[in-house]
Amino acid sequence: MKSLAELEQIRKQTLAKVNLRKEDDDSIRVVVGMATCGIAAGARPVMKAIMDEIEKRNISNCYVTQTGCIGLCRLEPIVEVYLPGSEKITYVKMDADKAAKIVNETIVNGKVVNEYTIGAAKEN
Amino acid sequence: MVEISLHVLDIVQNSIKAGASLVEIIIDENVADNLLTITVSDNGCGMDSEFLSDVTNPFRTTRTTRKVGLGISMFKSAAELTGGSFEIWSELGKGTGLRAAFVYDSIDRQPLGDMASTMSTVIHANPDIDYVYTHSYNHNTFEFDTREIRTVLGSEISLSQPEVLKWIENYIKNEIENICGGAI
Repeated sequence: MKSLAELEQIRKQTLAKVNLRKEDDDSIRVVVGMATCGIAAGARPVMKAIMDEIEKRNISNCYVTQTGCIGLCRLEPIVEVYLPGSEKITYVKMDADKAAKIVNETIVNGKVVNEYTIGAAKEN
Repeated sequence: MVEISLHVLDIVQNSIKAGASLVEIIIDENVADNLLTITVSDNGCGMDSEFLSDVTNPFRTTRTTRKVGLGISMFKSAAELTGGSFEIWSELGKGTGLRAAFVYDSIDRQPLGDMASTMSTVIHANPDIDYVYTHSYNHNTFEFDTREIRTVLGSEISLSQPEVLKWIENYIKNEIENICGGAI
């Protein structure tokens, strides 16, 4: 049974991490499209997978936000990753497994997963 | 949308966009009356009567990235497809509310789906907004209020911290299982 006492524990544990999770220029920003188009295409499990992976791996230099319709509804779910000091990476047609992979590859290791990018999708 | 909970996620985005500071979500599963009623209301900017009268039209939207706005129209048609009903009310500067009633045992009714995941996602979307979530299954009710969570967390910790969101999701999931007698 999840209780408020447990939340109090989380508060104590998280307090130490909060200062590390400052949203500054060195942070990686991840944006998930969460408009009608994104939600219908499966953005919620994508978001969940990203948050779970960040929590599981205890990643502190990354914050995740949501946005509305980017205007590319046919390519949803879309995840944009902003690595500090480099160009935005747009991943398209995401699912939970692909999302977990980009957390590991792009957010942790700084590598672009080319096959999931908008550039790769447009070539097909 | 494959789940009603995804419609709710989508509808709450409208409240967020409307600048609401408080959003109330009521899920009422009344098996005896054969009805599943979803009510979402906010204290956002509201709509004028002209916009309101046409808001369920899929070609009515405030967005600029595309010309269609399907959120409300799809929610309405999902409810009506089961033989249920839909109503929406709004007052400029006061807020907006809507209610969709689904016929519970209709073969066309989507499953309610993962409301815990929807709640953690909308809290994450804007952690400064307060949410009151009330879920009833027949005569069992549970209520979740982000203001209570804030009291425990204090001002230093945002509701958008991954550990907090995870706790909220698991908490709501457990509570829903409790009121439904473990069967959802």
